[in-house]
Amino acid sequence: MADKKVHLIVKRQEGPDSAPYWEEFEVPHTPGMNVISALMETRLNPVTRDGKRVRPVTWDSGCLEEVCGACSMLINGRPRQSCSALVDNLEQPIRLEPFSKFPVLRDLMVDRSPMFEALKRIKAWVPVDGTYAMGPAEKIDPAQQQEMYKYSECMTCGCCLEACPQYNDSSAFVGASAIGQAYLFNMNPTGKTLKDDRLDEMMGPGGVVDCGNAQNCVRVCPKGIPLTDAIAAIGGQVTLHAVKRLLRQ
Amino acid sequence: MSGRVIIVGGGLAGLAATIKVAEAGVPVDLFSVVPVKRSHSVCAQGGINAAKNMKGEGDHPDIHVTDTLFGGEYLADQPLVRRMCDEAPNIIDLLDRMGVTFNRTPEGFLDFRRFGGTLHNRTAFAGATTGQQLMYALDEQVRRYEAASLVEKYEYWEFLSAVKDGEGRCRGIAAMNIWDREVKVFRANAVCICTGGPGMVFGKSTNSVINTGAAASRVWQQGVWYANGEFIQVHPTSIPGADKLRLISESVRGEGGRVWVPRNPADKRDPVEIPDSDRDYFLETKYPKYGNLVPRDVATREIFSVCVDENRGINGENMVYLDITPARSGKDGEVLERKLGGVFEIYRKFAGDDPIQRPMRIFPGMHYSMGGLWVSPVDGGGQVRQKTNVPGLFSAGEVEFQYLGANRLGANSLLSCIFGGFTAGPRMVEWIASHPEEADESVYSDELKRQNAENDKVLGMNSGGENAFALHRELGQAMTAQCTVVRRNEGLRQLMDKLGELEERWSDIDVNDASTPVNQSFAFTRALFDMIQLAKAMAKGALLRDECRGAHYKPDFDLEKPEKEQLGDHRMTDAYKGFVRELEAKHGVEYDAKFKEAPAGTAPAAPEFQEYMRNWVEQQKRWSKTTLATWKPNAEPDIEFRDVVMTCEPPKPRIYK
Repeated sequence: MADKKVHLIVKRQEGPDSAPYWEEFEVPHTPGMNVISALMETRLNPVTRDGKRVRPVTWDSGCLEEVCGACSMLINGRPRQSCSALVDNLEQPIRLEPFSKFPVLRDLMVDRSPMFEALKRIKAWVPVDGTYAMGPAEKIDPAQQQEMYKYSECMTCGCCLEACPQYNDSSAFVGASAIGQAYLFNMNPTGKTLKDDRLDEMMGPGGVVDCGNAQNCVRVCPKGIPLTDAIAAIGGQVTLHAVKRLLRQ
Repeated sequence: MSGRVIIVGGGLAGLAATIKVAEAGVPVDLFSVVPVKRSHSVCAQGGINAAKNMKGEGDHPDIHVTDTLFGGEYLADQPLVRRMCDEAPNIIDLLDRMGVTFNRTPEGFLDFRRFGGTLHNRTAFAGATTGQQLMYALDEQVRRYEAASLVEKYEYWEFLSAVKDGEGRCRGIAAMNIWDREVKVFRANAVCICTGGPGMVFGKSTNSVINTGAAASRVWQQGVWYANGEFIQVHPTSIPGADKLRLISESVRGEGGRVWVPRNPADKRDPVEIPDSDRDYFLETKYPKYGNLVPRDVATREIFSVCVDENRGINGENMVYLDITPARSGKDGEVLERKLGGVFEIYRKFAGDDPIQRPMRIFPGMHYSMGGLWVSPVDGGGQVRQKTNVPGLFSAGEVEFQYLGANRLGANSLLSCIFGGFTAGPRMVEWIASHPEEADESVYSDELKRQNAENDKVLGMNSGGENAFALHRELGQAMTAQCTVVRRNEGLRQLMDKLGELEERWSDIDVNDASTPVNQSFAFTRALFDMIQLAKAMAKGALLRDECRGAHYKPDFDLEKPEKEQLGDHRMTDAYKGFVRELEAKHGVEYDAKFKEAPAGTAPAAPEFQEYMRNWVEQQKRWSKTTLATWKPNAEPDIEFRDVVMTCEPPKPRIYK
């Protein structure tokens, strides 16, 4: 149908310290369109549904194929990537909001830098000696590679944190994505040399013990990463680690 | 060591350069418009090439060099390609040590698959998200240096300009914090531009929306040459979308995917119901040796021609089938899932169908720029330099031009980005050791004033009738129509005029947002001006290059090829022999005998083939040259052509059978 429309309700906010408000837009429907292309349409003629000319909507986006993690937002209340949210699969009007667990920069764009800080905290890297030619790495069992691959697809999009009841202003909880990365690097033949450091972090405040087992993270992860398996595994590693530390004392 | 390095761009090349500089103990300021972990390199799917010969096929870096040069139709600088291909196996080992989750053989070795333009299994891969996995490995190493305070990241900062002193040397950069629009100038003894490709110049492409090419355009407007801009790779297989064209990796064909259309264009059956006898596997028929794995430019033109010229696309639309279903590819579904899951996921999510059950529907889409900022060839000692013509300014990755020639082979991009970055790093460390002096403060304050004035000008654009995003669509449509798969001089002339018109209309944009926080409308408007400039370099190069070479296809200037039966061995023709002698004298080398002498018993060349080779040699003499574009304000760029360094092997006619 040529005159089919898409109805968007967008939560807007001028800047970090302003109060939010809502605006509604209506754009032409095209086959296969996603939330991003609906938003792109609004920029071509930024006029609200009731005819008011407004400034264009601000949102974060990058690859538009769900590998960069940039375009996270709440879509009809659910945390997800707006590129892979196809309009035809959504109930209209489509309600778009910024994530609530991170400071809003403007409109739908938030500051997720705490997620990258968390990766520093848990030393999410393999401590290689250097970048010179030092020969091949250790062989890796294909089954283990498959297990590691699942976690290495984490794109730091923040959906798991937005959905987590324990991740909020009053808690230091590091959240599922970082725990998944701790699990990944503890599995790597060289990465595991930092395992004790990571488990120290995971034992402390904001570590894995803060998980309330709501399991929302695994339900919203756009990449289907088995985050609760990682949480359980790291929980087990932390227990062993604690016992070892006790014995050492 | 004293001195600082600035790296602009945090994709594979930028991160690789950062690691090398930090490893040498030199502090790095790393700038990126997005958190570096969200850079476009994450989109690369298929893999990274290295001739490790792990499948007993007799593969060797020499063959990798030949495939790369041949695939790029001899516009790539040869000693550079040599260096890159020799270094590739070490790079793979290093990435493996850094924890990249490469796919494995049953015994636990790295697995390799086949890509286009080669007959060898040379491509290491991590599922179908290789770019993402490589990026993350480098990102993690950079984070390690960040934690050790050797790297300072400026994420959500947009590069505005190089700070140049009175002698034209680069002394730092001006950049803008896109959260609050503040412009600052930063000191550095060396700067490296690693800002990736210019997909947004084509409106919709397989690139991320951040790939505007604006940074490249900005330094071009400051005097860096832009080279081979007309060589734009259109990937044969993408899913057309309203917001972008989503890449379907070449690895699908590498794992057995087959391209076809129904023999009868009116055949409306479900594709799984159409038997092989009613399918036209047109690539396999035309190219029995390479089949579906002909190089990208060849595959793209064939698909384009089947749909556009012959009107044989699915249901008359511009689409063909790409069939990886187990029944047709002969591969096990589970194995395919393990190797290609990431690609299938994209197709399932965005096209709503399952590639394991039903063939995908695809069409070519703008994908990669072989051209880019000019960097100088190897120095006297054979070192790769990654250095632009502006002293102190370096470049690496897709944004520079030198490794790929006229067409890039699949899985050479990740390699050239990482190799370029790994090379630029040490070169910058050497440069700052010999250039430690500080520039005068006025150099910085002048640039800051200039950039603030430019920002004020754009912010004040609020009385015109143009919309920046609508104007961008027009730019993209014009570039896609005239400057992608098929090019004609008449269309390119019109395109140049159109770009002039868009530049004029740009001043008439209503930015419609004068506020401070994350003002995307303003930032995009500024970048749009730079996109229009860069488009001129691409279109003008295409207009002047009257030949067909790699991704640049101008049918009005195509050499007439003899019939298939008359094709022979080029080494058996007098024209070729004379040409090779000339090249040897010119470059002061003697090529390996295998490039000059056909095996004993090779049939003499038919007269038609001799004639073809005479024309081909003339074409090489005229056009096997690098295009160099110099920016001009309010005008079309100046273009000159320069010789390519051909010290490894002589060009040969690019005929894939």
